[in-house]
Amino acid sequence: MKKGNNLSQGKEFVARDFLVRYGFILVTLISFVSFFATQDTFRLSTTFFSMLKYTSVVAITGLGIMLSMAVGGLDLSVGATAGMAVTLSAMTMVVYNKPAIVAVALVLVAGILIGCLNAFLIVVLKIPDLLATLASMFAIMGLKLVPVNGRSVSSGMMMENGSTAPGKFTDAFLKIDSGQLGPIPYAVILWMLLTIACWLFLTRTTWGRAMYAVGSNPEASLLAGINVKLYRSLAYILSAFLASISGLILASRIGQGDISAGNSLLLDSVAVALVGTSVLAMGKPNAWGTALGAFLMGVVITGLTIAGFPYYGQDVVKGAVLLLALVFSFTLSRKKSRFISAV
Amino acid sequence: MKKSLEIRSVRKSFGSNEVLKGISFRIEPGEIVSLLGANGAGKSTLIKILSGAFTEFDGEILINDQPANISSPLQARSQGIETVHQKINEGIIAGLTVAENLLFDRIALGEISRLASPSKMVREARNVMKSLDLDWDDSILKDDVFNLGIADQQLLLLARALSHSPALLILDEPTSALSNAEVSRLFTIIQKLRADGVAILYVSHRLGEIEELADRLVVLRDGVIQSIQNKPFEWADALHDMLGMDLRDSQFGIEEERGTEVLLSITDAQIFDESKPWSIGIRSGEVTGVIGLLGAGKSELARALFGADKLKGGTLEFLGQAFKPNTPLDAIRHGIFLISEDRARDGILENWSISNTTSLPFLKKIASGKILNFNKETELATTLIERLRVVTESHKSTVDSLSGGNQQKVMVGRWLVQNSRLLLLDEPFRGVDIGARREIAQQIRDLVKAGNGAVIFSSDIDEILESADRVLIMVEGDVKFDSYLSETSRNEIIKKMSEVA
Repeated sequence: MKKGNNLSQGKEFVARDFLVRYGFILVTLISFVSFFATQDTFRLSTTFFSMLKYTSVVAITGLGIMLSMAVGGLDLSVGATAGMAVTLSAMTMVVYNKPAIVAVALVLVAGILIGCLNAFLIVVLKIPDLLATLASMFAIMGLKLVPVNGRSVSSGMMMENGSTAPGKFTDAFLKIDSGQLGPIPYAVILWMLLTIACWLFLTRTTWGRAMYAVGSNPEASLLAGINVKLYRSLAYILSAFLASISGLILASRIGQGDISAGNSLLLDSVAVALVGTSVLAMGKPNAWGTALGAFLMGVVITGLTIAGFPYYGQDVVKGAVLLLALVFSFTLSRKKSRFISAV
Repeated sequence: MKKSLEIRSVRKSFGSNEVLKGISFRIEPGEIVSLLGANGAGKSTLIKILSGAFTEFDGEILINDQPANISSPLQARSQGIETVHQKINEGIIAGLTVAENLLFDRIALGEISRLASPSKMVREARNVMKSLDLDWDDSILKDDVFNLGIADQQLLLLARALSHSPALLILDEPTSALSNAEVSRLFTIIQKLRADGVAILYVSHRLGEIEELADRLVVLRDGVIQSIQNKPFEWADALHDMLGMDLRDSQFGIEEERGTEVLLSITDAQIFDESKPWSIGIRSGEVTGVIGLLGAGKSELARALFGADKLKGGTLEFLGQAFKPNTPLDAIRHGIFLISEDRARDGILENWSISNTTSLPFLKKIASGKILNFNKETELATTLIERLRVVTESHKSTVDSLSGGNQQKVMVGRWLVQNSRLLLLDEPFRGVDIGARREIAQQIRDLVKAGNGAVIFSSDIDEILESADRVLIMVEGDVKFDSYLSETSRNEIIKKMSEVA
C-alpha cells in the first residue's frame, strides 16, 4: 500500500485487494479441484498431461501476443503465422521431401521474416499496430494458399502433374508433439521453458525493462533515451517467432498441412494473454500470468468436455473466463491497468 | 447591429480552486480589447464562459447593458458572439470537405442538408469566403479539409465565424499558426471589422500584435485583473502585472558564478520558420537562465539541443566538436540531459516505482551485460532519495503516488545523480513548492560548481532570478538579450521582454 488507507474503509480494501491479487489463482484452483473431485477421467494423469499438451499451442502463441502487448501493441497476425507454419512444414516434407530439421528451420526463419514485416509496417510505415497486423494476417492467410493451390497438403496426396507427393511427415517431426520425457510431453516442456525465458527476459534484462517502458509511455521512453522503434520491432519479431514455434507443434499434432489450422488460435491466445494481466494484480502483460491463463482455459475446457458439455458451448465459457479476468483487472483493481494503447 | 459587452464580477471555481476571482471589464462597439495573462491566469476560463461552454458561474454578462443569458454555444451565437478557439482541431471537422467545413454551423443546424450537391455546397461556401477575401477555387473547396495547410485551416475557422456577422468577436491566439503575410492580412480584416463597429476581444502572447491592434489592454493574473491600460501601453508595467512581483527576496544570497569555457556553441540557430537566426555560447561553470513568454521558442530550443526535435536552421558544437543529435540517446551519450517541460505527459510512467523511473535512462549502468542488477538499481534510487530529500515511504513507491514537488525531485534527480556535462531543464519548477524549488536549484548549482553546464528554461522571472547566473531573453524565437544577472535588473529584464518587435 502506497498511500495510507482510510481506516473506516480499510477492511473492505483489504478484502478487495486480496481478491484482485489472488482472485484469479483461486478461480483456477477451484475449477481444478472441483473437476478433480467430480470427474473420474479428469483424475487420470494422462488426462492432465494431454490437457497441458493441448494447451501448449495457445499458451506459446499467447506469450508472443503478451510481448506485443508489453510494448503497447497487439499482434493480430499470430494465428495466421502459426497456420503458415503448418502449411510450410507440410510443403517442405511432403512435396519437397526434405527432412524435419529443414522444415523446422524454414518455419522459424519464415516466422522471423513475418515479424520483421510487421515491425516494418508499424515502425517505418507508421501504421497503427492493430491495423498493420490485421493486414498482414490477411496477407499471410492468403499467401500460404498460393503454393498449395488452396488445398491441404497430406502424405501421399495427388500432385498437380498427376504424380504422388514424394515425401511424408517424418517420424522425427511427429515426435515434436507426440514425444515425451518421462510422462511429460515435449510440447509442455517447451511451453515451460519459453515461459521462463519470457519471464526472465521481461523482468531481468534491460531489453524487457525498455519494452515495458515503451508500452507504458512511448514519449517518456524516447526522452529517457530508449530506442523506441527498436524495442517495438523486437516485440513483433519475438511474437511471430513464438507463433511459428506453436505452429510447428500444431503441424506435428495434425500430421498434415491442414489449411484451416491456426484459424481459431488468435482469439484464444489474445484471451490468455489478457487473462494473464489480471494475475497477482500485475496490471500489465506478463509471462507467468499468460501461462496460468492458458492453464485455466485448458482446465475448464477439458473438465467441461469430460463432463459432457457440448463443444459448441466452449466459446461461451472462454468468454466468461476472459470477462471475469477483465473484471479483476479493470473493475475491482484500484490500480489502473494499462495495455494495448492501440485499442 | 452594434453591441457592447460587459463582464461584471464574474467568478468561477472548479471545486475549491477559484480560477476567476471577480472579473469586470467592458468592450465597446468598434473597440479591440486585448487580454494578457500567463498560463493559468484564467483567460481560457473566461473565454469559455463568454462562448457558452461554461454555464455555471457567478456574476453577470451584459450585452448592450441588458443581462444576457449565454447557456450554450448556440445561444452565444444567437446573441452575436462568435469565438475562434486556439485549438484548430477543435473547430475543423476531419473527413469533410473544405466547403462543408465552411458551412458546418449551418449543416449542423440542418439549414443546409448534409446531402446537398457538391456544387450547391461550393456556391454557398463562396458566400462564407467573401468575409475573409479567401481565394480558394472549386477544386480546393471540394477537397478534404485535411489537405488544407494549418494556416488555411485557421483562416477557414475565422471565415466561418465571420459568416455569422458577429457583433462580438473573440479571437484566442488566432495567429499562432499563421505566417507573417497571413497575419498582416488577418489584421487588415480585424481593423475593418473594428471600423464596422464589431467589439473584439483579442487574446495573444505576442506583444507586437497587441501593440498594433488593441485599444485597451486587460492584464490578468491568478484570476484577478491586475490593471487595465488604454493606448499607448506601458509594456514594462503590463509585464510586471502579468508575471507578478512578490516581495520575497529573490536573490537568496547566492554567489554569482561565471564560467569561462564554452561548452555548447549554437551558431545561426533558427527556432521557427520565419524567426531570426542567432548565435550564442553556453558556458560551463554557470547556470544559464532562458526566459521568455509562452511560445517564445524555449521548449523548441531545449528539445532541439537534446535531439528530440530539429532546429529549423543552424549548427551546434559541443566541446569543440560538431554535434548533431538525431535522437535523445545521442545527446545522453554526450552527457547532455533534458528534463522535459510536462512531467505528467513526457516523464512519468504510470505505476512505475521510483527505482524503475530513476534507472530508466541509465539501464546500462545498473546492468551487467544486459542482466539487470536490482541491488545497483536500489542503490541508485536510494542515492536520489537521500540527495534530493524525496519524501516517500520507499524506493518502491510509485512516482504517481508522490506529491507534485516530490515527483519533480525524482524527474530532475534521476539526471542529477548521473554525470552530466550539460543539464537542460525546461520549466523545472512548475507546480513545485518553494522548498522543493530551492532544493532543486541548489543541486543545479552544485552541478555547475563541479564544472558542468546547466540551462534553465522558464517563463517565470523569479525562478530565473533565484536560480541562474546569466540570463538570456527569448522573444519570438530570437535571443534578444544576454547578460549576467548582477549586471542587469529585474526591471531591465521585464523591459527587454516587453520591447515590441
